Amino acid sequence: MDAIATFLSMGGYWPYVWPAFALTAAVLGGLWLVSWRAMKTREAEADALPSRRRDARPETSP
Amino acid sequence: MQRFANPGKFLRLAAVVQPVAITVLAMSLVLGLILGLVVAPPDYQQGDTVRIMYVHVPAAWMALFVYTVMAVASAVTLIWRHPLAEIAARASAPIGACFTFVALATGSLWGKPMWGTWWVWDARLTSVLVLFFLYVGYIALANAFDDEERGGRAASILALVGFVNVPIIKFSVDWWNTLHQPASVLKIGGPAIDASMLWPLLLMAVAFKAFYVAVLIMRMRAELAERRLRVATLAGAQG
Repeated sequence: MDAIATFLSMGGYWPYVWPAFALTAAVLGGLWLVSWRAMKTREAEADALPSRRRDARPETSP
Repeated sequence: MQRFANPGKFLRLAAVVQPVAITVLAMSLVLGLILGLVVAPPDYQQGDTVRIMYVHVPAAWMALFVYTVMAVASAVTLIWRHPLAEIAARASAPIGACFTFVALATGSLWGKPMWGTWWVWDARLTSVLVLFFLYVGYIALANAFDDEERGGRAASILALVGFVNVPIIKFSVDWWNTLHQPASVLKIGGPAIDASMLWPLLLMAVAFKAFYVAVLIMRMRAELAERRLRVATLAGAQG
């Protein structure tokens, strides 16, 4: 129990160390979620296009 | 060059690279966090605040790396009109902005207990803040035009002009007197940092790089799908 408390206190610097890690996780985690959702949504919408229109995808353009 | 400009080829390559990047990210992140937070010793002067380094330094490295990628992609866009390069630059900008924000915020959290201040207008901190504004400016400019191509070209020029800031950031600690410490890893003569701290730092750097690759591919795939939708909408409106 003492070991966990010592670890969490970060030598008394916990108000700086843990917010730094939490903020990094929040910003990068948020970016990951937004990007993942955008990719899934757009690709689902594009794949749902009628096949005649899907021929217009830039697959063959340079 | 044109050989790589095919979105179909990119999507096939992305299908292979993306899961690899996610696997590398997961492994290096778990190992880096364990080594950085639990195994690595506190610094003899800075105590446990030195652990902030394991997120601050990789974020700062990535802020510069992503901008360099953006500048190269912008040059390729302007010179060869490479469509994927423009998409890569557009997709990179928000990722670079997030890395820069993380570097600034975690640096501030590290600065308060060590320097006694959250912020100081010295060369390193100010030039990184300018980098953040360059990212924001790029995003704003790229989306400011109805004609997407014009927006892309204007933003590419901004990215290239703004690249002058990258060496300024890198060498700011050598050229001017700053509160920020000079480089201790990427320096002539090798890293001036003990292996017990260097390994978690390098692992976290690998994790951040893999994160960039994975998210870049996500954003590029989203943009490609968006363009397919736009082409289909235009085709539908015309026929």
